[in-house]
Amino acid sequence: MADTSRQRTQTPAAAGSLEVPVAPRNPGMSLELDWIEEIRVNRSAVERRTATLRGRRTVKKEWQAAWLLRAVTLMDLTTLSGDDTAGRVRRLCAKARRPVRADLLEAMGASQLPIRVGAVCVYHRFVATAVEALEGSGIPVAAVSTGFPAGLSPVEQRLAEIRASVAAGAEEIDVVITRSHVLIEDWRALYDEVRAMREACGDAHIKTILATGELGTLRNVARASVVCMMAGADFIKTSTGKESVNATLPVGLVMARAIRDFRERTGHMVGLKPAGGIRAAKDALDWLVLVKEELGDRWLRPDLFRFGASTLLTDIERQLEHFVTGRYSAAYRHPAG
Amino acid sequence: MASIPDIFDSMAYGPAPESAGPAHAWLDGHGRRFGHFIGGQWSEPGSETFETLNPATGKPIARLTQASAAEVDRAVAAARAAQPAWWALGGHGRARHLYAIARQIQKHGRMFAVLESLDNGKPIRESRDIDVPLVARHFLHHAGWAQLMDRELPGRVPVGVIGQIIPWNFPLLMLAWKIAPAIAMGNTVVLKPAEFTSLTALRFAELCEEIGLPAGVVNIVTGDGRAGEALVAHPDVDKIAFTGSTDVGRLIRTATAGSGKKLSLELGGKSPFLVFPDADLDSVVEGVVDAIWFNQGQVCCAGSRILVQEGTADRLVAKLKARMETLRVGEPLDKAVDMGAIIAPVQLEKIAELVRRGEEEGAARWQPSWSCPRDGWFYPPTLFTEVAPAATIAQVEIFGPVVVLMSFRTPAEAVELANNTRYGLAASLWTENINLALDVAPQLQAGTVWINCTNVFDAASGFGGYRESGFGREGGRTVGRSDGRTIDPYRRSTICRLPPSPTVRPSDRPTVCLPSTAPRSSTSAASRPARIRATVSRCSTPPAD
Repeated sequence: MADTSRQRTQTPAAAGSLEVPVAPRNPGMSLELDWIEEIRVNRSAVERRTATLRGRRTVKKEWQAAWLLRAVTLMDLTTLSGDDTAGRVRRLCAKARRPVRADLLEAMGASQLPIRVGAVCVYHRFVATAVEALEGSGIPVAAVSTGFPAGLSPVEQRLAEIRASVAAGAEEIDVVITRSHVLIEDWRALYDEVRAMREACGDAHIKTILATGELGTLRNVARASVVCMMAGADFIKTSTGKESVNATLPVGLVMARAIRDFRERTGHMVGLKPAGGIRAAKDALDWLVLVKEELGDRWLRPDLFRFGASTLLTDIERQLEHFVTGRYSAAYRHPAG
Repeated sequence: MASIPDIFDSMAYGPAPESAGPAHAWLDGHGRRFGHFIGGQWSEPGSETFETLNPATGKPIARLTQASAAEVDRAVAAARAAQPAWWALGGHGRARHLYAIARQIQKHGRMFAVLESLDNGKPIRESRDIDVPLVARHFLHHAGWAQLMDRELPGRVPVGVIGQIIPWNFPLLMLAWKIAPAIAMGNTVVLKPAEFTSLTALRFAELCEEIGLPAGVVNIVTGDGRAGEALVAHPDVDKIAFTGSTDVGRLIRTATAGSGKKLSLELGGKSPFLVFPDADLDSVVEGVVDAIWFNQGQVCCAGSRILVQEGTADRLVAKLKARMETLRVGEPLDKAVDMGAIIAPVQLEKIAELVRRGEEEGAARWQPSWSCPRDGWFYPPTLFTEVAPAATIAQVEIFGPVVVLMSFRTPAEAVELANNTRYGLAASLWTENINLALDVAPQLQAGTVWINCTNVFDAASGFGGYRESGFGREGGRTVGRSDGRTIDPYRRSTICRLPPSPTVRPSDRPTVCLPSTAPRSSTSAASRPARIRATVSRCSTPPAD
């Protein structure tokens, strides 16, 4: 990533501080159809880049442990199941406050680090429960609030759901876009939809879920990404986690490049959130490498990058314990979330 | 060492070294002194020896023996003696040995990769992920041709004894490109690796011993150009296969003219990299990385001339510069390094000299803000803009991580500029428009044309050049033509009557062409349909490796 462009609009809370920086919100812009039209994505070249990236970069030992701790802080710890209950959500929130065992942090000399997850992500129904359970922790609650996961309930109903979630205390709203707008290339309709949702969010940050597994082509992913950013998305997110194909590296690469392009043309920084299917610590490292290489270090902070994950944390804890003890660690050695 | 909180904050990359232990243990096991491998026997390290150095440190790794004319003679005699039985073994018998070699290469892949990076300076990622897997692939592929020889290449018989001289940029891979097809077709070989990089060839010789390859089928002699000269001049060698510089290729052509020796030359290049305005520019940038910063640019088919449509040039240059900032140059055995060391001080000086020349002639040099390691022989990735075709750096092969960028106005002008070179090894073109791609690709006079990818190789795809990039093809079905011969006496005499000129004969040109190009060849009817098939597969499906 170009250091020059990074320096141009560096936010006050820069990468060199342990404080969590907060990028200014993306105000969006008018819909520019020429820009959308000229977007090109060469699939075989994108796949080649992501396939070789794993061989080009790696982190070992202390570096790996530190990167994994960073990954924990970038995590939207998520439960989005039909059988969620208030008790389940409270348990998850407790884990969100203390995601890594204190003795492991101490052994790594990392006790002073603010290791807690980026957010807790729940259905609207459990927003109030989560807000209460996380009180005083500084961890925001994210809600999936637009007829998740299909996003096909009536527009007014979806907007009302957003407003209700914000009223219940959600600081981040993950919305699902209408895939058909992308598939029939009705960019105006997509733009208007996201604009309306952003307005409904008010001060809450909006993450637009593209459901890339259902968009068919990488070029569609790129175009949908740019339209959402034009409409003022604070984050673009790969998937609901409910599609048959969720966060893949090629999709992530295309979205990261769209974010970079948007930044270069408008100066606004938009976050990236892969979600779904990221289960292994190694997967998380691959994503961090991709983001570092394509977007730069500034994006490795919770205001600009999140993992949507439910089981990733367990594998990261096991890898961290392996780093500390040199022995592989069973899942039962780490408190459940 | 950095503390975890510090790294947590900086999110920097740390060291990720691949262990060189097994490679050093192997070298120590040989006392770090090597002789030649002739007739299945290791000769004692001779009276005249030389050191092979680690380009990343400049320190010696081992001591090798300079082959004398007498030793070359002994190697040729061993190959000659082994050849009738090796041919008589039959295709299936030979295939068993090639398969065994491939499996052993795979089994010892890491060791070969480390040894290659130690000796050559290329990053371990490339030796591990590209060179060594392709080496195994070549032996597997040509094992297949050995098995199918009777059916698919009727009437072909071995050439006999082949003398093979290979360069230092892909030591083990070039060995495989040369040895696999040759022995598959029933030839025996005497191979001379480059004097800078002989270690993997010596380890390979040991592997031939381990799998029970009959003595004399593969012979390895080490040394500098004098050993190569003796091999070229040897009267009992039936074919010389050479990969290296155009200057040396010319000498070999002169030396073999009229001798009756068959000859294939894979020489230099100044390959064009065409970018049309509708290309995916972010992918183009990665293509440039693969084209010119692969193996530190020491690649004969490196895409060293970027030709971009004038209206797109500024955007591409900005993206390229940003990408160059994130390239990592350093210790070749580090798994997170993009570029390793340049092979030798003489090459480093040649690169620096050409870069100086480029600046003197008015081109704009751009290098990233970071600096290279001081130990060893490193050179940073370099981009030249404001270059005209008349500039020296736009014409001569730099053989280093230096790329020049020029612009064109129309597709016709792109083709004209792309072909405005004395070479013709490879070309790469980038567009999302299939009609444009299919129109432009056949007009590019290059042995290989890549569409929306670059430096993609496979054993099934013939590789070779036009013009001063040489002639003859290696890979795929071309095996029958290059390492076999027909028993038709007329063809042999055709080969014998080659003029001693370095220019390309018309009949060499069409070996690689694209689907829409009519075959211009006068080669035998039997080989024509196959050639076209192979070409179609090459151009339409770039394999992802």
